[in-house]
Amino acid sequence: MEHFDLSLVNWSRAQFALTAMYHWVFVPLTLGLAFIMAFMETLYYKTGDEEWKRITKFWMTLFGINFAIGVATGIILEFEFGTNWSNYSWFVGDIFGAPLAIEGIMAFFMESTFIAVMFFGWNKVSKKFHLLSTWLVALGANLSALWILVANAWMQYPAGMFFNPDTARNEMHNFWEVLLSPVSVNKFLHTISSGYVLAALFVVGISAWYLLKGRNVLLAKRSIIVASVFGLITSVFLALTGDGSAYQVAQKQPMKLAAMEGLYEGKEGAPLIVIGALTPGKQYNDNKDPYLFRIQIPKLLSFLGYRSGDAFVPGVKDIVEGGYTYTDKDGNQKVALSAEQKIERGRIAIQALADYKNAKELGDTTAMAYHRKLLDANFEYFGYGYLNDPKSIIPNVPLTFYSFHIMVGLGFLFIAFFILILYLVFFKEFKINKWLLRTAILMIPLAYIASQAGWIVAEVGRQPWVIQDILPTVAAVSRIDASAVQVTFFLFFIIFTTLLIAELRIMFTQIKKGPKDGGK
Amino acid sequence: MVDTTYIFLQHYWWFIISLLGALLVFLLFVQGGQTLIYTLGKTDMERTMIVNALGRKWEFTFTTLVTFGGAFFASFPLFYSTSFGGAYWVWMAILFCFVVQAVSYEYRSKPNNFLGPKTFEVFLFINGLFGTVLLGTAVGTFFTGSQFSVAKINLTNISNPVISSWETPWHGLEAALNLHNVALGLAVFFLARVLAILYFMNHINHPEIFARSRKHLLYNAIPFLVFFLTFVIWLFIREGFAVNPTTGDVFMQKHKYLLNLIQMPVVLVLFLGGVVLVLWGIAKSLAKPYTKGIWFTGIGTVLTVLSLFLIAGYNNTAYYPSTFNLQHSLTIFNSSSSKFTLTVMSFVSLLIPFVAAYIWYAWKSINVKKIDEEEMKNETHVY
Repeated sequence: MEHFDLSLVNWSRAQFALTAMYHWVFVPLTLGLAFIMAFMETLYYKTGDEEWKRITKFWMTLFGINFAIGVATGIILEFEFGTNWSNYSWFVGDIFGAPLAIEGIMAFFMESTFIAVMFFGWNKVSKKFHLLSTWLVALGANLSALWILVANAWMQYPAGMFFNPDTARNEMHNFWEVLLSPVSVNKFLHTISSGYVLAALFVVGISAWYLLKGRNVLLAKRSIIVASVFGLITSVFLALTGDGSAYQVAQKQPMKLAAMEGLYEGKEGAPLIVIGALTPGKQYNDNKDPYLFRIQIPKLLSFLGYRSGDAFVPGVKDIVEGGYTYTDKDGNQKVALSAEQKIERGRIAIQALADYKNAKELGDTTAMAYHRKLLDANFEYFGYGYLNDPKSIIPNVPLTFYSFHIMVGLGFLFIAFFILILYLVFFKEFKINKWLLRTAILMIPLAYIASQAGWIVAEVGRQPWVIQDILPTVAAVSRIDASAVQVTFFLFFIIFTTLLIAELRIMFTQIKKGPKDGGK
Repeated sequence: MVDTTYIFLQHYWWFIISLLGALLVFLLFVQGGQTLIYTLGKTDMERTMIVNALGRKWEFTFTTLVTFGGAFFASFPLFYSTSFGGAYWVWMAILFCFVVQAVSYEYRSKPNNFLGPKTFEVFLFINGLFGTVLLGTAVGTFFTGSQFSVAKINLTNISNPVISSWETPWHGLEAALNLHNVALGLAVFFLARVLAILYFMNHINHPEIFARSRKHLLYNAIPFLVFFLTFVIWLFIREGFAVNPTTGDVFMQKHKYLLNLIQMPVVLVLFLGGVVLVLWGIAKSLAKPYTKGIWFTGIGTVLTVLSLFLIAGYNNTAYYPSTFNLQHSLTIFNSSSSKFTLTVMSFVSLLIPFVAAYIWYAWKSINVKKIDEEEMKNETHVY
């Protein structure tokens, strides 16, 4: 009997993670900076003040440098679904492919068409059409984010679909359920607002550097005002959508929530860990205290996850061993199965599919109906059938835990920072606060760290699933040699890193030069 | 019972894929032009004009490629999972070619760009040469076949559930050993260069570049015609992968692709019209100083490639044949998305004319004047 090549699975995951993380270095800035530029150009359009035009063009130059490499890494992601995750591509392509196609037709062409007008149209089109083009670039970038995030959200919470045993794949039956599932809505809003906050911190940080150097003071002050207002509004929105996302995780991916909080043993009135360190080597069923230390807020995790301070939040051990009561998506009270029972049910579903196919070949309609019924009754655990060990449903808890707390902690720091900046801008003399200007520069890398940490929570926290409960990562890979993926992994690593270095050097040089000659 | 709506949708989406493929081949003029930067540009200013003429269009090629991939995934996911996951090396090589292109325009002339302008120009050349040849070679397998197997029942094998397998360790590299595929790859490469030359003649206002372009048009048109005719004649005389419409069985049929053209007169007209337009644009530009050749050759390219894609998938033909096991070949019927998904996407596809309209309007707005030295000196965003 052949076995999963875990080396292949791990290298395929590493390659996808590498591409996604590099891609996400560039995309959030594009998402947010596009709007900041559009606001600035609107001010130019309204006031006719040439300084606003100069400011807009300066940020546009940085946008262009960043955008190009985002495009480069984006194409790899799309094609890696096929090259490295071919089984996944077939199993859910009927649902997952549609958002990608719509993204291309609706968003990418809008973005690429109007970006040309935005960069080259200053002296060729009317001010009004140019402004419209800049807004359409922002809209196009965010629309493309919508569709890919809908696709990702569907992987976390597969909605609007059914399994068709005749084609051996999942098929869409309700487009609106895919598009408007609560996970999709929260994921989209939370992710794009994280991009807005990052871009706002980027603009504030670079402007602060100019103020420290005593250069481009007017540009810097105006940029800080626009970006800080944008940043404060969007960072508050980020916190609200973060709450919405965490609530959805509690309902749909309880194991991820347990990993985010390092919660091994469930409890009623579960506290939220504000700061803590996990005990190294902790196993889900040993009696070690999971935390080396912690500062917690009583009952808050129960409240955030279930909107009740006394609600029971299952821990890692509960989810592996089952036996606790939960409310399913139809509002029914149920006793949770153990992972072992779910694996058994998954095996029944997979065997029922095999038997159904066999009966179909023989033309035995009675047997087909029987096996179809058995398959449908057990399909919600289909993916568990590919797992061998109940422990394999536990994601990397420390990585998820620390990433989550870094993300949340930095998110609140950003809100406080924007409030402080705006207070000083409007009520004090901002430029004399050198420590704050230096802090503003430091905020740029922190924004990137928070942004990456968010995706680590989302993607590491949902392992072992590529489609929650339906398809584990191990069953989604292509049938290629692990060595082939190793080679392409290192090639991508070298290329992406080289291009990142080039991008940073160009970006720093342009920032040092400032807006004097339009960014050439 | 035959579901005619579903069959219509499968044909409709194969048409959309074919159209995107055809537009992509036309837009590869950007890639072709990237291999001519030093051939046609002898001074820094000339090269800057050439790079900027291409740089304002590269994103459309890129976006069309991405949309082509996305639409293929959405409408024919079994192709996506079989070909991309199997012919790993050829698709990865194509991706590498396009990754290095995406940044090269923006970074080439920027100060302190780490690798130096020459390196980014080499990236553009790599993309132009290998991107076109490899894409053409990969599409060649639509007519010559590949060694793969598809077994959906594998999904029930819990220790090895992969349904699509490449049955040769070369994982796509073997396509480059088939001369018929390579003929198409080289035809695409030289066509891209021909289109680029015609585009420069139309879009750059510079007598020396124009004169050099005309000279090199001949040098590229001849190999293009040689490789294109080799591919087409070979295609028409070879056996093709036919599908029995009743049983769905795939079998080899003599002159299948020629028969497809004859049995689909509209496609035949598209093909012949396309070829005539391609040749007309080239011939007229060779015969006298003429700037509008790109329109004839460009439209001709779209029509010709569209017709080639249509004979690959229509008229009971397996568009992605398996030479490992004929019955595992992919057709527009056995590899498509569900009727529901195709219907949803068909509604979205109604936006395509609107998208085409705004692209046209935006291009027209910024291309009112040809690129010249004056503009390069005054433009603030120069590649």
